[in-house]
Amino acid sequence: MTLWTPDPTFYPSPRDAAAAAPEKLAYVAAFDRSAERPDALAVLDTDPESSSYGQVVGWTDLPYTGDELHHFGWNACSSALCPSAPHPHVERRYLIVPGLRSSRIYVYDTKGRVSPELVKVVEAEDLGKRAGYSRPHTVHCGPEGLYVSALGGYGEEGPGGIAILDHTSFEVLGRWETDRGPQYLAYDFWWHINHDVLVTSEWGTPSMIEDGVVGELLLGRKYGHRLHFWDLRRRRHVQEVDLGDQYQMPLELRPAHDPTKKYGFVGVVTSVEDLSASVWLWYEEGSRWAVRKVVDIPAEPASPDDLPDVLKPFGAVPPLVTDIDLSVDDQRLYVSCWGTGELKQFDVSDPFKPVEIGSVRLGGIVRRAAHPAAPGEPLAGGPQMVEVSRDGRRVYVTNSLYGSWDDQFYPDGVGAWMAKVDAESFTLDERFFPHGDDFRGLRVHQTRLQGGDASSDSYCYP
Amino acid sequence: MTLAAVVLLGAFHGINPAMGWLFAVARGLQERSRDLLLQSLPVIALGHLASVALVVLVVGATGSIVTGGALAIGSGVILVAFGLWHLLARRHFRWVGMRLSLPQLAAWSFLMSSVHGAGLMLLPVLTRIPAGHHGHLLSGGMLVAGVHTLAMFLTAAAIALVVYEFLGVAVLRRAWFNLDRMWAFALVGAGVFTLVGAA
Repeated sequence: MTLWTPDPTFYPSPRDAAAAAPEKLAYVAAFDRSAERPDALAVLDTDPESSSYGQVVGWTDLPYTGDELHHFGWNACSSALCPSAPHPHVERRYLIVPGLRSSRIYVYDTKGRVSPELVKVVEAEDLGKRAGYSRPHTVHCGPEGLYVSALGGYGEEGPGGIAILDHTSFEVLGRWETDRGPQYLAYDFWWHINHDVLVTSEWGTPSMIEDGVVGELLLGRKYGHRLHFWDLRRRRHVQEVDLGDQYQMPLELRPAHDPTKKYGFVGVVTSVEDLSASVWLWYEEGSRWAVRKVVDIPAEPASPDDLPDVLKPFGAVPPLVTDIDLSVDDQRLYVSCWGTGELKQFDVSDPFKPVEIGSVRLGGIVRRAAHPAAPGEPLAGGPQMVEVSRDGRRVYVTNSLYGSWDDQFYPDGVGAWMAKVDAESFTLDERFFPHGDDFRGLRVHQTRLQGGDASSDSYCYP
Repeated sequence: MTLAAVVLLGAFHGINPAMGWLFAVARGLQERSRDLLLQSLPVIALGHLASVALVVLVVGATGSIVTGGALAIGSGVILVAFGLWHLLARRHFRWVGMRLSLPQLAAWSFLMSSVHGAGLMLLPVLTRIPAGHHGHLLSGGMLVAGVHTLAMFLTAAAIALVVYEFLGVAVLRRAWFNLDRMWAFALVGAGVFTLVGAA
């Protein structure tokens, strides 16, 4: 049943959303690398006034094993207020949770409970037969339904693309693209909703990623290195922009939240020329899309003895920018360096000239920086998935990248931890450090904040 | 009495953000242009008028071949069914695309009004137009459609300007009452009213 007034977590503009109350809960995707136990949704208490602050207060095991939870999203968000097809009286209530390895999509109800409750399972076969895809990844609530990107084809390697799910029944409606042009590889997507533009990025097909990064493919520059721009309305490919094939794996896409703006940031995992990582800006130049490298993060030299096999030949630690996040006011960009173990904060008030204004060290392939809450414990993994609160004051990070890749870069075990950074002072919160057994042996990936966060909602009003 | 009902229904349609004033405001905000807002409103009204006029045409054509009583009963049944469907169905209007030309905006408004049964809501009035000779129902119906749309347009324009100039869209968070559900009740009510009138 619908509500009488709009869901209070829907905001017309990014400015309104930035004034939202702080989140009290965070949902974290947790997975068992051995696939012997079920993956789970862990729920963290993020209310500093609460006695269980920083603890896992909710937990829901999945019904199966081997899903490899990764990214997930909400059934509805602020785009429900958009004037072209408004439906503001639905509830932000269900988490849409894809299993990246199993290709199942789970729907969990969060209303009136701490531990989410399963309400629906979309089987891999439904996704495959109706949309032709597998390995579902990013979820965004949008104008035509729920958009879910997928890395692979059904029963074949590719192309990957986007499937549409019904807003309310969560049934797979079909494949989104009507004309995909040259696009084959898929990963993330988002849009400039008021400009009818959708953007997609590229990682690799299932066989290129599921058993770890393949050295020959990487050095052969076979992973993704392009962005694709689409007509959101006509579902057509419009333009491909190549970053250059040395720039392997442009992953997370963070368009400006201000709907009048037409630019966004994408993080590139590594350059095969010097193992550096980078952040690029896409923007409109005339009537065409262009990209420009705006942040360059060099590799850090290291002794081969300290490096895992995959890196020994290079004698350096690549930063591995695997996630970035843009604050709702479009003023701050957070960049995860999962290899070197660093979270960087940039002032991006001029998107063409980001200025680094903060850095926090945690973990890292060589550095193994500890958290101040447990100074004696060297940490494996690094800041990876990064999520920013709607008001831009709190930043949450988790430390696992992707099961098989964790094992390559942190072969002695990646562990599991989550940390919280105060955006103003850019220091770690010593009261917030769930780790180790708190996550019951599972690894932790994406965080979603109650009521929405910086990567969950799009807005139709400036 | 009839005229008041037609005007009030027009105002009711005009108030609903989904019927178009909000789209006009969004277009104005996007380009920081009140002119664009003002251009959008008449086009939206035109689409609404087309949707309502279509119902008038159908009623006019049907009225020429069936008796007034049959027309009223048929209309009442359609209204109740449509209202209940709106009340119970969980589907909502889908439309992708924010950058519309003015003709596209008129088409959007026509679809939005039609899907919501804007014209159907006028059936109680239309079926009460004295059935004289054949053309009477049609011309009377068109007059109803025109007056209704004028009321809708004036209401929408007033709200759009107040929101654009003074209130800001944040007001939606509190003030956007679920008019769709009320709308469904209104459809059912109009159907019952029509049926009672026919009895």
